[in-house]
Amino acid sequence: MSLATPDALNITTKQKLALATGLVGLCILVLALFNINFPNRAVFLAISLGLITGGTILYSREAYLHKLEGIKNDGVWFKSISSRGVLGWALGVVLTVFYIVLYFYPQYLGLGVDGAANTGLIALFDPLSNLLSGNNASQWFVYGTLYTVAILAFGYKFMLKYRHNRYQQLRTASVMFFQTAFAFVIPELMARLNSDDFSLPYNDLKNMWPLNYYAFDQWRVDQFINAQTVGLFFLILGVVMIFVISPFLTYKYGKRWYCSWVCGCGGLAETAGDSFRQLSDKGVKAWKFERWMINSVLVFSVVTTVAVISTYLGYDSEKYWFTKNVFLISIGVFLTVLLAGILYFKRKELNKSAFRGAIGFYVLTIAFLIFFSFFDLSQIKINASYFSFGINQNTYNFDSALRTFYGFGIGSIFSGVIGTGFYPILGNRAWCRMGCPMATIMGIQQRLFSRFRITTNGGQCISCGNCSNSCEMGIDVRAYAQKGENIVRSSCVGCGVCSAVCPRGVLKLENDSMDGRINPTEVLLGNDVDLMDLLNKN
Amino acid sequence: MEHVVIIGNGISGVTVARHIRKNSDKKITIISGETDYFFSRTALMYIYMGHMKFEHTQPYENSFWKKNKIELKKGFVETIDTDTKTLQFAEGDSLQYDTLVLATGSKPNKFGWPGQDLKGVQGLYSKQDLDTLEENAPNNKACNRAVIVGGGLIGIEMAEMLNSRSIPVTFLVRENSFWNGVLPEGESAMINRHIKNHHIDLRLSTNLKEIKSDENGRVKSIVIAETDEEIACNVVGLTAGVSPNIAFLKTSNIETGRGILVNRKLETNIPNVYAIGDCAEQREGGIGERRPIEAVWYTGRMMGEALAQTICGNPTEYKPAHWFNSAKFLDIEYQTYGWVFSKPRENEAHFHWKHEDDTKCITVCYNTVDNTFLGINTFGIRMRHEVFDRWLTEKRDIDFVMQHLAQANFDPEFYKHFEKEILLAYTNKLQTA
Repeated sequence: MSLATPDALNITTKQKLALATGLVGLCILVLALFNINFPNRAVFLAISLGLITGGTILYSREAYLHKLEGIKNDGVWFKSISSRGVLGWALGVVLTVFYIVLYFYPQYLGLGVDGAANTGLIALFDPLSNLLSGNNASQWFVYGTLYTVAILAFGYKFMLKYRHNRYQQLRTASVMFFQTAFAFVIPELMARLNSDDFSLPYNDLKNMWPLNYYAFDQWRVDQFINAQTVGLFFLILGVVMIFVISPFLTYKYGKRWYCSWVCGCGGLAETAGDSFRQLSDKGVKAWKFERWMINSVLVFSVVTTVAVISTYLGYDSEKYWFTKNVFLISIGVFLTVLLAGILYFKRKELNKSAFRGAIGFYVLTIAFLIFFSFFDLSQIKINASYFSFGINQNTYNFDSALRTFYGFGIGSIFSGVIGTGFYPILGNRAWCRMGCPMATIMGIQQRLFSRFRITTNGGQCISCGNCSNSCEMGIDVRAYAQKGENIVRSSCVGCGVCSAVCPRGVLKLENDSMDGRINPTEVLLGNDVDLMDLLNKN
Repeated sequence: MEHVVIIGNGISGVTVARHIRKNSDKKITIISGETDYFFSRTALMYIYMGHMKFEHTQPYENSFWKKNKIELKKGFVETIDTDTKTLQFAEGDSLQYDTLVLATGSKPNKFGWPGQDLKGVQGLYSKQDLDTLEENAPNNKACNRAVIVGGGLIGIEMAEMLNSRSIPVTFLVRENSFWNGVLPEGESAMINRHIKNHHIDLRLSTNLKEIKSDENGRVKSIVIAETDEEIACNVVGLTAGVSPNIAFLKTSNIETGRGILVNRKLETNIPNVYAIGDCAEQREGGIGERRPIEAVWYTGRMMGEALAQTICGNPTEYKPAHWFNSAKFLDIEYQTYGWVFSKPRENEAHFHWKHEDDTKCITVCYNTVDNTFLGINTFGIRMRHEVFDRWLTEKRDIDFVMQHLAQANFDPEFYKHFEKEILLAYTNKLQTA
C-alpha cells in the first residue's frame, strides 16, 4: 500500500516512522495471508486498516504541509519507485502476483470452497463483511475494501499535494465519494434486502456497460427482472445511463465527468496511481497502437455482448418479448445509422485513417451480427484447450466461449493484472488508455460531440514538456500547446494535471461552444497581425 | 537546390527551419555544437529538479527531423567566410551554404570578478552548464552552500533548482529589490518575501567583491563588497544576465554591435545572411517599446516565423504585435501583456492590487490623459492572452478593462475569483484620488 515510498534517502524521520506504521498494518494482512490466526479478527482488521491509512496520512502531511503550496514534483524521475527503478519493478511484480492470485487462485487468499469457512486473509475480513451485508467475506469483498482504503488514503495524499488547486481537490473528493458509497457501501447494504424470494444482483450503479461487461448476461438480467420493481428500475436505469445520461454529460463536460470524477478504475489511477502518471509512453508509436487496441476492445465487447444476448433471446423466446432477430436487426440498424451520421455530418473532422478505421471496425461488427443471425451459437462448441495451451480443458458454446474469453482476457488480465499491476511500469492509466471500451465510446463522443476542450493560451507556451510528461493518457499535450492549438483528443480524461503543472499558465480545461473548438494555426498569437491573417486563413 | 544552413538549434533556428519546410523543399541543415536535437532551454531547470528527464524536454521525437527532411549536424562553427559562403568547423570540416541563418543565442555575462573562472563557478544557460551543475552540486553533502550572483530570471530559477535538493542558497542581488528594473515596487517586494519564505538567504543591495579559491583551484568562498563578509560555498552561480553569443563572428565580414546587426527584415549587412533570436540586434533600435536585443523565447520564435517567409520568397518584416511574456518565480506564476514599466513614465499611472495571502497581485498601467489601458502584470492569477491582445488593439480604457476583467481570467475551473475585490479596490482608489 505504501506506493509513495521514495528513496529512503530523502525522507524525514517522521516519514520513516509513517512508512513503518503503514508497513506494520500491511504486515498484519500478510500474516493473515499465511494463515496466522488472529484471536479477535475485527480488532486486528481495524488495527491493520487503521495503521495503513494512518501511515499514509502521516506520511503525506509530513511531505506536503511543511512546504509552501505549489507543484510538488521534485525528484519524481530520481526515485526508484516512480522511475521504473528496482523498487518500481518490485512493486509491479508484487501487484501482478496479487492480481493473478485474486482472479484465479482465491483459495490461496483463504476463500472457503464449497461452503467451508473462510480462512487466512479473507477470514480476517469476515467481521466487516458481516457488519455491512450480513454475509461472510469473499475475495471480492477483500479486494473492494483494500481498493476503497487505497483510494481514500491516497486521495487524501493527492488533495494535500494539490492543496492550491480546487479543481484537483473537488474531483478527488468526488472519486473518493463514489468509490466509498456507490462501489462499496451501498451494494453491500443492498445485499441486506435479499431474502429467499427476493434477490438483487450486486449492483454498482455507476458501473455501466461496456465497462461492466456482464451487465446484460442472462443470469444478471434474469435476476433484475425477477427482483420486481426495484430490479426492473435498475435494469432500465442501466440502459438509460448508456444511451441518455452518459452522452448528455459527455456532451456538456467531456468524458472527464466519468473518468476522473466518478469511475472507480479512474479513481484508483488518480490517487494510488498518481506517482506513476509520468511513465505513460508519449510516442507516436504508442498512440498508433492505442488507437487499434482500444477500438478493437470495443468491437470485441460489443460482439461478445450481442452474442450473449442473442443466444438467450434465441433459445428462450417465450420469456422475452424481444426475439433474437429483432434484436440483431435493431443493433445493426442502430450502428449503421450512427456511423452514416458521423461520416456525413463530421466528414471534415475525420482524416483518412479515422475514416478507414471506422469503416473497417463497422464491417467487422456487422459481419459478426450476420453470422449470429444465421447460426445458433449454443450449438457451436469450442474446446478451450486449443486457446489456453491446455490449461482450460472445458468445452464452451460459442457465445459463452466469447464471454469467457472476454472476461478472462479483458476483464481480468487487461484491466486488472496489466491495468493495475503494471502501474509502476506502464503508468497509471494503461487500462483506461488502451483497453476500456467505455472510455472508447465516450472518447468518440468527446472528439466529435462535446463542448469540452483544453484551451491553449495564445502564444505563451515555452515547449518545456511538463504537460506531456504528466499526462497519464500519454497525450503529447505540448505538441498542441506549442502550436497554439486547443487539445481535443478522444483519450483525454480531463484530470487537469497538465494545466496544473504548466509553469506559464497556458492550459485551461473548459466547456464552451463547439465552434472554433479545434483551431490549428500556422503562426501563434503575438506575432505580426498581417502575417497571422495571411497564413491562418490559408 | 538552395541550401539553407541554420547555426543554432534553439527555438529560433528550429522555428525558421520548420516554417521553411512547410513552404518549400529547400535543403535545410541545422548546426549545433550543444546537443544532437532541439530541446527546450527553459526546461533545463526541471531536469535538475527531477520533474523530467532530458529527453522529455525535446519537443519533437527524434524521427521528426528525418521525416521532415531537416538535416542535423553536430559541430562548432569556428569561422564564416561570406565571400565563398563557407563555414569552417572547429572539428576541421567545412560546409557550403546558399542562405545562412545565425541563431546562436546567448552566453552568460561575466563582469571581470576576481575568481570568476574557478572550478565550481558557472552560469546556467546551456545543456553543458546543466551537466556541470549536476557535477558541482549533486546534493547537499557535496555542496554545503551555493551563492548565486545576479537577481534576474535565471538567478531565481537556479535558486529554486538548488533549493529542490536542499542545498542552502545565498542569493546576491545588486538592486534593492528583486528584478525591480522590470517589476513595479509592489510586485518586486512580494517576490522578495516569497523567496525568503522558501528559506533562500536573499541579500538585497549586495554586490560580489571576489570569489576565493582553495588550494585546488576550486571555489571555497565569496566576499561581499559592501561588508567584506566572507561566505563559504562550493558553487557560485553567475546569473547576471546574458549577451549575444557572437565571438566566433569577429573574423567575418558580418557587422556586429552588441549583437549581430540586422534590419527589420532580419537581414545582416551581407546578402543572404540573416540573424534571429537572442543574438540579433535591431540596427534601428528597438521596435516600438522593445529593446534592440530581445532575449526571450517568444521573440525568437516570432523572428523565425517571419524570416521563413522572407527566405521562401515573401519578403516580410519582423513586426511583433503587442508585447507579452511570462515566467514563474518559485511557486508564483507571472504573466504580462502590453507595457508595464517598473515606474510609471510620463502621463502614466499604475493601479496595484495585492491579495492578502501575499502570493497574488496585479499591476495595471494606463494613460492618465485619455485613460487608455496600456498593460497588465499579473502574479498568481492566469489571464487570457487573446483577450488582452484584443483589448490592447481596441485601445480600451482602463475602466472597461477593470469592469471586464473576469472575461480575461484563465485560472482552472473552481478557482476563487478576485475580480470583484479588484474592482472594488480600483473604484475606492479613484474616489480617494
